Amino acid sequence: MTEAVLDRPAPGDKTAGGDAAPRRRDRRATLLELSGVSVSFDGFRAINNLSFQIGEPELRAVIGPNGAGKTTFMDIVTGKTRPDTGRVTWGERNVSLLKMSESRIAREGIGRKFQKPTVFEAQTVRENLAMALRNPRGPLDVLLHRKSAAGARRIEEVAHEIGLAEHLPRIAGELSHGQKQWLEIGMLLAQDPRLLLVDEPAAGMTPAEREHTTDLLKRLAERHAVVVVEHDMEFVRRLDCKVTVLHEGSVLAEGSLDHVTANPQVIEVYLGR
Amino acid sequence: MIRSLVRDTPSIPWFLGILAAFCLGVTLLSEATGTGALSTSFVKTLGKTLCLCLVAIAMDVVWGYCGILSLGHMAFFGLGGYAIGMWLMYARTEIIVAESLASATIPPTPQEVEDAIATQIFGVVGSNEFPWLWAFADSFVLQLAMVVLVPGLLALVFGWLAFRSRVTGVYLSILTQAMTLALSLYLFQNDSGLRGNNGLSGLQNLPGLGAVPQSVVSITFFWASALALAAGYLLFAWVVSGKMGSVIRGIRDDEARVRFLGYHVEGFKLFVFTLTAIVAGLAGALYYPQAGIINPAEIAPIASIYLAVWVAIGGRGRLYGAAIGAAFVSLLSSWFTGGGAPDIDLGIYEIRWTDWWLVLLGLSFVLVTLYAPKGIGGLVDLIAERRAPRRTGDVGPDAGALRKTEAAE
Amino acid sequence: MCRALILLIISALVGLAAPRADAQSGTLQDILQTHAGEVADPGRRTVGPLMEDLAGSGLPGVARFLERWSDKQVVRNTGDGLFYYGTEDGDGYALADIATDEPAGRAAADAIEEIRPNGGVRRVIAGALVQFQLSDPDRAARVAALDAIARRPAADQLEPLRASIPDEPDPALRARKDRLANLLTARFGADTETRIAAIERLSDAIDLETRAGLSQILSAERGVAVNLPADANVARVLEIGSDLSEADAYSQLVEADLAPPPVTNAGIREALAGAMAGGRVGGVPRADLSDPAARTRAYAALAEAGTVPPLVTPEDRAVAVADHVFYELYNEPDPAVTDAASAALAEVEARVGRHQVLDLGLDAISLASIYFLAAIGLAITFGVMGVINMAHGEFIMIGAYTAYVVQTIVPNYTLSLVVALPLAFAVAFGAGVALERLVIRHLYHRPLETLLATFGISIALQQLAKNIFGTQARPLTAPGWLDGAWVLNDVVAISNIRIAIFALALVFLAVLLLILKRTRLGLEVRAVTQNPGMAGSMGIDPGRINMLTFGLGSGIAGVAGVAIGLYAQVTSEMGANYIVQSFMTVVVGGVGNVWGTLAGATLIGGLQKGIEWFNPSNTLAAQTYMILFIILFIQIRPKGIVALKGRAAGD
Repeated sequence: MTEAVLDRPAPGDKTAGGDAAPRRRDRRATLLELSGVSVSFDGFRAINNLSFQIGEPELRAVIGPNGAGKTTFMDIVTGKTRPDTGRVTWGERNVSLLKMSESRIAREGIGRKFQKPTVFEAQTVRENLAMALRNPRGPLDVLLHRKSAAGARRIEEVAHEIGLAEHLPRIAGELSHGQKQWLEIGMLLAQDPRLLLVDEPAAGMTPAEREHTTDLLKRLAERHAVVVVEHDMEFVRRLDCKVTVLHEGSVLAEGSLDHVTANPQVIEVYLGR
Repeated sequence: MIRSLVRDTPSIPWFLGILAAFCLGVTLLSEATGTGALSTSFVKTLGKTLCLCLVAIAMDVVWGYCGILSLGHMAFFGLGGYAIGMWLMYARTEIIVAESLASATIPPTPQEVEDAIATQIFGVVGSNEFPWLWAFADSFVLQLAMVVLVPGLLALVFGWLAFRSRVTGVYLSILTQAMTLALSLYLFQNDSGLRGNNGLSGLQNLPGLGAVPQSVVSITFFWASALALAAGYLLFAWVVSGKMGSVIRGIRDDEARVRFLGYHVEGFKLFVFTLTAIVAGLAGALYYPQAGIINPAEIAPIASIYLAVWVAIGGRGRLYGAAIGAAFVSLLSSWFTGGGAPDIDLGIYEIRWTDWWLVLLGLSFVLVTLYAPKGIGGLVDLIAERRAPRRTGDVGPDAGALRKTEAAE
Repeated sequence: MCRALILLIISALVGLAAPRADAQSGTLQDILQTHAGEVADPGRRTVGPLMEDLAGSGLPGVARFLERWSDKQVVRNTGDGLFYYGTEDGDGYALADIATDEPAGRAAADAIEEIRPNGGVRRVIAGALVQFQLSDPDRAARVAALDAIARRPAADQLEPLRASIPDEPDPALRARKDRLANLLTARFGADTETRIAAIERLSDAIDLETRAGLSQILSAERGVAVNLPADANVARVLEIGSDLSEADAYSQLVEADLAPPPVTNAGIREALAGAMAGGRVGGVPRADLSDPAARTRAYAALAEAGTVPPLVTPEDRAVAVADHVFYELYNEPDPAVTDAASAALAEVEARVGRHQVLDLGLDAISLASIYFLAAIGLAITFGVMGVINMAHGEFIMIGAYTAYVVQTIVPNYTLSLVVALPLAFAVAFGAGVALERLVIRHLYHRPLETLLATFGISIALQQLAKNIFGTQARPLTAPGWLDGAWVLNDVVAISNIRIAIFALALVFLAVLLLILKRTRLGLEVRAVTQNPGMAGSMGIDPGRINMLTFGLGSGIAGVAGVAIGLYAQVTSEMGANYIVQSFMTVVVGGVGNVWGTLAGATLIGGLQKGIEWFNPSNTLAAQTYMILFIILFIQIRPKGIVALKGRAAGD
């Protein structure tokens, strides 16, 4: 029933067929735009007149020293933090995200992977993925939810993608740190958002896993908007995408990695202290 | 559906089987239907205990599964009792009044009958008029609806206010405790319309069934309580299994993460809070006709805290644990406080259990929290493990207590 | 007549300042002998010169003589012709000297002539006596006289009172005499102008006597008539519905014999029951009588037959009420006076209202002090450790019982209090540290479990206290210097104990701020509050900080217990009575902040007193509404008044 429509194949998933999504996917249509956003905590300006936009599909890396406001930026987009001033608009009809609750924003199609893997450790890998699966989210929908073959297939696919197919019945808390990272990425995939906010995906991964992550992110970016926050320059270089440098809550430079690393201000910020 | 429910919650056949065997046993030993080895008052105690098990299961869902330590569910329980008690008291008084007025020279007008009932019921608080609260007291069906509506609406409004402002954790517990306190203080007033601290009494006398002996009434209520408990167990097993269970346990463990997955956390909490409040109200409506009397002290915050104690001792996060805890502690408590336990003479000091039981309960509760967070239910794990060793490791006291043996989407 | 006589006396008494030499002819007996005829058979008109001389003599025994004379205890011994105080003693009289009240032998009954002043004379005597009492050298006697006048003001007290004012040495009493004289003038003054002037002078008062006096001038009685009386001083006309219900109005008509008494439903039933014959009454069968309309029909039939009074229908009643006017009439006939009095009373009431607000403010502050003391320990432990201690109330109880035990050992109340305060702190501190080490330490990061475990401790401790000290309340007696109250006027007063508790709260506020802001411990506590992980990595031992913090919080609870025990009683449940309010204080104020707790305590204390003021009879309702308010308050400020902001606040 509804699942057949909603349960679309993962974008970039080679095993799946074509793009069945009913959405418009103009090249480079602006999906998310922040303009003039500021927020301060107890007088400290975490974000200062930040403007940022990303199209769909696009891969973007956000870098910056500690305290540059990377996490706060994600908090603002996902609705966890309300900015003091500025606008955050979303989608083709430029709706404002500022009035929406976190869960509403997530349902609009913004998914987030946290820096520290936050999976439901007391539940199995399968339950974790099932919870993230794109389905109606209301309490009654959930209560009356029936398992479907399509849903089970989708979970298998995602699990295969993240290399946890063998581990579906295991309790998530028993997984290794890297596996939890993958599970969290898998939950993001299962959620099937339009915009993926990925915070330090490669932390705690082996080189092989990093490569896998890079490939995955690049493939995802063929159909989705993906924002990757990362410290590891090598990882960013391999992503091979436009880079935004944040410093003291606003954009310091934007462009290719080579371009921004040649910027004297960026060098100053990264190496000057 | 049933099959997957049983697969998700393997305790269902066990629980229902043991409950059925217990009911049969009590029926065979009761005064009305069996040998009479169990006194009517003990059958009533057992029936009441089943109601307490039901409210404990509801508490376990809201606390053990959804992570909301509500200190208000005994208030919902009491409200259910008040709602049904109003009808019981009204209808019975109506019969008495009708009898006494029937012999008068002039047959009474409806107004006179109502005034006489009001005087009879509210004489103790110096009033002779029906408060607006009693507008539906003459209708069994409407009062039965109140059993569901009053706790349900209160939980809905309170929960909406509390969850909306993102009050969580101990804050929420304190807020629910405050709500409970406010309610009991309100009911303690004589002009609350519910007879102040006199409460409602004589509830064990069912209107129109004056000829039926209490022994029959008691075993009937016992069975009704058992059926309600079984139905409640199935209902909650269904709620906490499958995807709903997954989401509400997710809310307990990491509310923000569930929110970022797109679930409206407040809606889920409100659903669980209200549903359990309604079940608590129903349990109360079955409990108080067996207890015979309800007064505001039954609603005081301490009662709700004891409810949490039962669930904790029985083992949170497993429905049968809550039921075991409620039955075990409440029966033990009445054994000790009722003077059933033999006093211990230490020579210099005699330990009278009526005095020392609460000290023992308090301390053993601390010990359970510290050293046996799985509660009595943890014993079941030990047995199950001996029979079929787990393949997977433990994930800490809390998470471990909540694990499901067989989970599948 | 009487008034003229009193004026005469007064003029004599005014002369007290310059005693007339000619009247000073020796002893009291001498004076009485001079006017022996008037003493033995006093007449209202003739007694004047005697009173004049008595008043002018300045002798100490005059007041006593006047009292006894009036009480018919003065006798004349026909043997020696002297006056004595005599009491009947068997068949004779025991005599006492008229000047000294020393026993002066006995006399046979036939030798004694009893003296019985008549009512008129006694009134004259009483007037003079008041004057004596008002000028009595003993202050207590003067106060008693003033009290007596205030209790039962009468016209003839005015002049003596006024006369006694210039010689009053005590300024406070003099002010009171002034006020009372004004009050008497206002009520009994000679003419309208004097009275209005006196009333206007009263309008800046606040005391109960003045308020009572003014309302007495304004006392009114209800009346009913077809037309409003023309020449009466009408207080107000009562509107049916708003001032007076129709039923009350009708019963007033019945009382005034202006309308027939209504037949009650019970009356109808009795009448019908009485007239029941052969299963019918008034032509209506018995079975139909459960219908009110049928009853009316049956009764109407009886009324037509003349056996019962006719039914007064609601329409009849409405017409009767509408045909009359209901009003209140002042007992005071002069409208100018009542107008002035009501204006003055309004002014006084407004002032009383303002002072009541002030008094309420003081009450609220003292309640807030108690909540602050009870809650601050909780706030500290909650803020620093994220731990809700349900046994906090039992630490309050421990402190109070400690003070009780100290008091049973140290009999001196002041000394025992001095010993009890630090000891209560120490005992509760120790209990707190023990609880932290044995239980709470193992439950960090599991706040709900801590809540429940400490609840277990709480019920165990409560029951333990019951087992040791019994269930009855134990008194904690305050030392004498804490009894009594600081009284500003009749409206504003606050007991010394509450002032002491306020001071205690201030001291603890200062000490806590000092510890938190100025000491190494405070720095570490703040560090742990804000970021335990970081503090730990910087070499602060969070375990030690937690232990000390918990001890400190518990210790303050112990001191709060002593304070609460002083004005309430010490029971095993006293802590439980404060725990919810303490939680509310912490929640409303904001976690982990001394100022937040202060703000929360002030808000809760003020709110509770405020609600009680609106609904003074019902403290239960006050608490109910307060909790409802707090639930709503949380909606507006979920993190309390003083909230930690930013990322440190956590989620």
